[in-house]
Amino acid sequence: MLDLTTTYMSLHLKNPLVASASPLSKKLDTVRRLQDAGAAAIVMYSLFEEQITHESNELDHYLERGTHSYAEALSYFPDLDTYNMGPETYLAHLQRVKQAVQIPVIGSLNGISSGGWVEYAEKIEQAGADALELNIYYLPTDPNLSSMEIEDEYVQLVKDVRAKIHIPLALKLSPFFTALPHIARRFASAGADGLVLFNRFYQPDFDLETLEVVPNLQLSTSHELRLPLRWIALLYGRIEADFALTSGIHTAQDVLKAVMAGASVTMMASTLLEHGIGRLMYILADLQAWMDEHEYTSITEMKGSMSQRAVAEPAAFERANYLKTLNAFEAYLP
Amino acid sequence: MERNRVTIEGNEAVATIAHALSEVIAIYPITPSTPMGELADAWSAAERPNLWGTVPLVIEMQSEGGAAGAIHGTLQTGSLATTFTASQGLLLMIPNMYKIAGELTPAVFHVAARSLATQALSIFGDHSDVMATRATGFALLASNSVQEAQDLALIAHAATLESRIPFLHFFDGFRTSHEINTMEQLAREDIRAMIDDSLVYAHRQRALSPDHPFIRGTAQNPDVYFQARESVNPYYLACPAIVQKTMERFAAQVGRQYHLFDYVGAPDAERVIIVMGSGAETVEETIKHLAAQGEKVGVIKVRLYRPFSIEHFMQAIPLTTRTLAVLDRTKEPGSAGEPLYLDVVTALNESRENSSLDSTQRPVPAHIIGGRYGLSSKEFTPAMVKGIFDEMSKDNPKQHFTIGINDDVTHTSLAYDPAFSIETGETVQCVFWGLGSDGTVGANKNSIKIIGEETDNYAQGYFVYDSKKSGSVTVSHLRFGPHEIHAPYQIGNGQANFVACHQFTFLEQFDVLKYAAPNGVFLLDSIYGPENVWGHLPHEVQQEIIEKHLHFYVIDAHSVANKTGMGARINTVMQTCFFAISGVLPREQAIAQIKRSIQKTYGKRGEAVVQKNFLAVDESLAHMHEVQVPLSLSEQYTRSKVNGASAPARRQPITLPMLSRRPPVPNAAPDFVRNVLGPMIVGDGDDLPVSALPCDGTYPSGTAKWEKRNIAQEMPVWEPDLCIQCGKCVMVCPHAVIRMKVYDPAELKDAPDTFLSMDAHFKEFPDMKYSLQVSPEDCTGCNLCVEACPVKDKRQVGRKAINMAPQPPLREKEKANWEFFLSLPEVPSAHLNIGAIKNSQLLQPLFEFSGACSGCGETPYIKLATQLFGDHMIVANATGCSSIYGGNLPTTPWTYNNEGRGPAWSNSLFEDNAEFGLGMRLSLDKREEYAHELLTKCAASVGEELAQAILHSDQSDEAEIQAQRQRVVLLKSRLAQLDGTEANVQNLLSVADALVRKSVWIIGGDGWAYDIGYGGLDHVLASGRNVNVLVLDTEVYSNTGGQASKSTPLGAVAKFAARGKATPKKDLGMLAMAYGSVYVARVAMGANDQQTLKAFLEAEAYDGPSLIIAYSHCIAHGIDMSKGLEQQKLAVQSGYWPLYRYNPALLDEGKQPFILDSKEPSLPLERYVYNETRYRMLLQSNEERAETLLGQAKHDIQEHWKQYHEMATHSPAEK
Repeated sequence: MLDLTTTYMSLHLKNPLVASASPLSKKLDTVRRLQDAGAAAIVMYSLFEEQITHESNELDHYLERGTHSYAEALSYFPDLDTYNMGPETYLAHLQRVKQAVQIPVIGSLNGISSGGWVEYAEKIEQAGADALELNIYYLPTDPNLSSMEIEDEYVQLVKDVRAKIHIPLALKLSPFFTALPHIARRFASAGADGLVLFNRFYQPDFDLETLEVVPNLQLSTSHELRLPLRWIALLYGRIEADFALTSGIHTAQDVLKAVMAGASVTMMASTLLEHGIGRLMYILADLQAWMDEHEYTSITEMKGSMSQRAVAEPAAFERANYLKTLNAFEAYLP
Repeated sequence: MERNRVTIEGNEAVATIAHALSEVIAIYPITPSTPMGELADAWSAAERPNLWGTVPLVIEMQSEGGAAGAIHGTLQTGSLATTFTASQGLLLMIPNMYKIAGELTPAVFHVAARSLATQALSIFGDHSDVMATRATGFALLASNSVQEAQDLALIAHAATLESRIPFLHFFDGFRTSHEINTMEQLAREDIRAMIDDSLVYAHRQRALSPDHPFIRGTAQNPDVYFQARESVNPYYLACPAIVQKTMERFAAQVGRQYHLFDYVGAPDAERVIIVMGSGAETVEETIKHLAAQGEKVGVIKVRLYRPFSIEHFMQAIPLTTRTLAVLDRTKEPGSAGEPLYLDVVTALNESRENSSLDSTQRPVPAHIIGGRYGLSSKEFTPAMVKGIFDEMSKDNPKQHFTIGINDDVTHTSLAYDPAFSIETGETVQCVFWGLGSDGTVGANKNSIKIIGEETDNYAQGYFVYDSKKSGSVTVSHLRFGPHEIHAPYQIGNGQANFVACHQFTFLEQFDVLKYAAPNGVFLLDSIYGPENVWGHLPHEVQQEIIEKHLHFYVIDAHSVANKTGMGARINTVMQTCFFAISGVLPREQAIAQIKRSIQKTYGKRGEAVVQKNFLAVDESLAHMHEVQVPLSLSEQYTRSKVNGASAPARRQPITLPMLSRRPPVPNAAPDFVRNVLGPMIVGDGDDLPVSALPCDGTYPSGTAKWEKRNIAQEMPVWEPDLCIQCGKCVMVCPHAVIRMKVYDPAELKDAPDTFLSMDAHFKEFPDMKYSLQVSPEDCTGCNLCVEACPVKDKRQVGRKAINMAPQPPLREKEKANWEFFLSLPEVPSAHLNIGAIKNSQLLQPLFEFSGACSGCGETPYIKLATQLFGDHMIVANATGCSSIYGGNLPTTPWTYNNEGRGPAWSNSLFEDNAEFGLGMRLSLDKREEYAHELLTKCAASVGEELAQAILHSDQSDEAEIQAQRQRVVLLKSRLAQLDGTEANVQNLLSVADALVRKSVWIIGGDGWAYDIGYGGLDHVLASGRNVNVLVLDTEVYSNTGGQASKSTPLGAVAKFAARGKATPKKDLGMLAMAYGSVYVARVAMGANDQQTLKAFLEAEAYDGPSLIIAYSHCIAHGIDMSKGLEQQKLAVQSGYWPLYRYNPALLDEGKQPFILDSKEPSLPLERYVYNETRYRMLLQSNEERAETLLGQAKHDIQEHWKQYHEMATHSPAEK
């Protein structure tokens, strides 16, 4: 009997397949289907502090604009009784999701201000989330701002949130830290129980016909697996935190690689959006088949088995390997 | 009993009672009664029950006529029903009012009394509308204040049930309907106590029912109609006593005693005024003041005007009365006197002859005079009351006088001393100058509520707006004090303890401090701090501050608002400062109250909104500073003062840079503009004498160009190095402030140094120069031009051929350039191929600088029509936004070209616009036919060749029209040389202009075309006559604040459709196409300007009725108005607004008449709708419903597309 269970931030999960934050968690129906298809846990779509603020301000702006200016039209809209403007809708939905499924539900929070993070984190905990994933994403555009200042800010946020909530806390990271292992350790020390590698950024694109900067949302591919794979392999065993690999999990092979690198769980969304929720079942079946075929008995057994500390050639993860890879191109030269 | 003391508007006070006592409410928006309907609708939407525990059913109808009809049916089937209306709306109800009264049906109509459209429309208050209903058989009950409006509303509902006579309960529009005042709110128990359910059951018993059938509404013949009409007399005879009895019951329950005629004043009064409405409050307060000085004066406040009880009336008149003055707030031209006056005369006369009416043997008053006051909310002040009493003291007081105006034509007006005041100083009076967009009025409404409800003070607020929809100026009048406030007039000059100016630039335009009382406070929003503000004040302001010893404070409110995320809304900042300075509450308590109120108002919109307001409150006080006022004016003015020059300081030579208040219009303006419109612009229109005003409502065209409003913070700047001369920016400019011309290079010799030009790229104009020019002072800064510009700088894609830049540094330079640009010759239009956008935009717009919203989606269409057809265009304009920005004084945008030709414009009513336009067409056609007949007869005399050329001219394009015009000039000159006594010659001379083509444009919004005017529009379209109908479709009643029309789309939130409209938009185009003989086009300029242009040209060319339905983005959609064009594009791309043209003329050519001009939907509907607050707010409040309705909408789009596509590809049958 295969043992697919894994432990992620003290959550005991039936397998390492977790649905990552995506629109799939917006409806109870799809949430239930995720559970039925075999997801071991669900990360809710993100509560965006900015979005809440933006929508509030926008609603207020358009409801107020033009009011009390002109005697015949003192307003232009009926002021409705309620607007779902705060985090309440999210929290209510979280509660409903919790009731709808038995698997753990991880809240997700994308914030901008210290006050906002802490306040919303507490509310998510109160709403019944089994854990919280903080999505820290700050795009530094100010040339006067040093990486140290930004990192200190992040660490302080983690401390602030940690001090207020009791459920496990994961941090979804960007790959663009200068010294990722160092900051990862700082986050762990600050109270992060898990590190989720990596946040995918939706980089804007240029439309050459209209000469406009356009938003661009593209689903991930398996190629994107490599970056988090390397970093989890490097960090596993060195940092006191569990790892989740997100970005590029599309197949059972991707899951296996992630676990072998040291991930406790793998998170997926793109493949489910692309191929449907049923994809989970195939991946799970494939996973089991591969393990059977290769005579693995448990996930725990393979976890971290190909981390840098475990492999025969640790340098493969390092710069030497980079040079080797570059040289490999020579084979293609005419 | 515990009753709440509330500070609310009259409309709310009345609607509360009406909603509590109705089962069905039929509504239709009309100012100033609209808020009653909106409140009733909102309360029912929120499931507020009526007195009997059930939620009243509220329905919006297609017109007030429809509302009255629906109410009639409702009443006949036994429901308790009400409606709210005013002015023309009430007139539309009159036919049903006769029926409802004739059938002795209990009902109450609540009316915010308003002027009627005569020489002009007016939205303001008087009794013209109510007086027009006095023959209907409705009882007329008048309320004089906010408190009374509530109380008498209840008395009306109670009395109608008992008397069976329907009641029209009225109160003064704006003055009472929109005044906020502190009053005692009736408890539910009070309402319960006043309504006898057995009377409700009796009403139901009389209802039509198949269970006990009868017929009502028969037709009667000469034998019985008369007698039957007299059969109602007992009810009318009984009614006054029933009302008085109801008033007694009310007094017993609530404590406030009313009478049919309330007398107030000296018991031995010799001079008595008789008046009804809010003016009675003014008279009463003045009488208290005069009586305290021993004057023997009094007032009779008429409450139940119909049925008029002579007996009750006579009891109210003191026996000592020597002179009676009856004041009417209406005018009946040609009558023997206004209605109330005539009733009083009749009453006195009858009572003399019939002792049962008055047994007192009273001496006959020496004089009974009638007078008019307060038409269209004209101020009626204690000074005017004093003037009337003074007149009444004369041996021969003036009969049929007017008060409050200067009638220098027929000399009806009474003189009075405007300085007379009854103020005791116990009431604090505050005036606030604001910009519509800065939130001043909202903040003041909030402040007055706090003062009235959270302190022991009584409070009153009244708000004055100008008629512009962009950059409008507001003046708020706030009073508070320890006693009830009965002052239904604005705060007078020199009487305000506190004056705030929320926009520094107003100091240049208006006499802001005229209101300030000596030793008062002046609070100014100023970018200049306390140390240097003084030198930046116009010297008139300096002088007033010094002379009145004002305490002067400044705050940089805009900077605080910006810093705290409030943007241009400085309301919270200024409100905080007001409370801090006024001391009406201890500072901490005031701040707590402001914050509580912020939480209450904005809490549901989200924490971010609350927090930014809180921050603005917290930041305000630290930025407010008192200014140490110098003892003297700035230097150059001190000199004139010391010299004791008699001329006003403002006329002294200025030796140093120094601000002066600027004249409202330039000196170059025509006399009428300077002398008549100018004073209106600066708010001094009240001072204009009767002789200054046209007697028939006729005003000159082209006056908007003289009112330089300078409201844009930023204006467009042209970059010739990038410009491709496409004309798109010119086309979309809602205010016609961007123009282009091609001209001979020689014209540039006198050009200002900064005037820009480039080589013209028009094949029709080789070797010419081209310029694009912006009028800086007329621009509203909407940014649509920049959005429309298709060019991007290859080196810096954010830079276009036209870009926004701050206006102030450009103003003077561009003013000079604009002047020069205007002096360049217009492009000759005769042989221009105007089918191309760039060519069409060389044509002069004859609609410019309107007061429409910045970024308005309607005006570009109107402007385009004037460019193409303006010199031979007559416009019938339905009431609505376009009639307001098109025809509301002081200045109006319809203008004329250098030859003096331009659109002739008129507004008849809301409901009849199509018919009005058809009438114009019929008249023009008839006159042309007659001219043809005459010309045929005179052909030999004027020259056969000329006659035939005229008779057979094909005026299908501009060149031909101009050629015909020349022929007619020649014809007229020849006619002038013929025998002047010959009738045909004289007649032909007077109608010869009809030989030149005239084009009739019928313009209006969707409220008109889809709802109130649809019947007429349908008939006109069916008539086959050559009219062009332009529907500016904003999908709501924009002018009255966004109420749903039948054009409102499925799923959009609008007033009266707060849950999101559940039914689809009416397909007006399809209905019109069904005739097969109507040209129909659906256009959206932002999506396809070329198709729009084509549609306009085809509509004009089609010899029959044409209908253009134009997508007009609107402030009521809740969009970023600078992205209006983009929204239009999305509307088309999503399939929501397919573009098409249906041209019956193509049928004659055997072609498919329906041309689908847009491609298959290529965007999800969400991309379009969720850019708009009207859709998004439903998503935010009720996601499930939003999604359901969106699903239906998507389905509809697919179905419509299929249908249109089929029509476009279907081969027409041979004709």
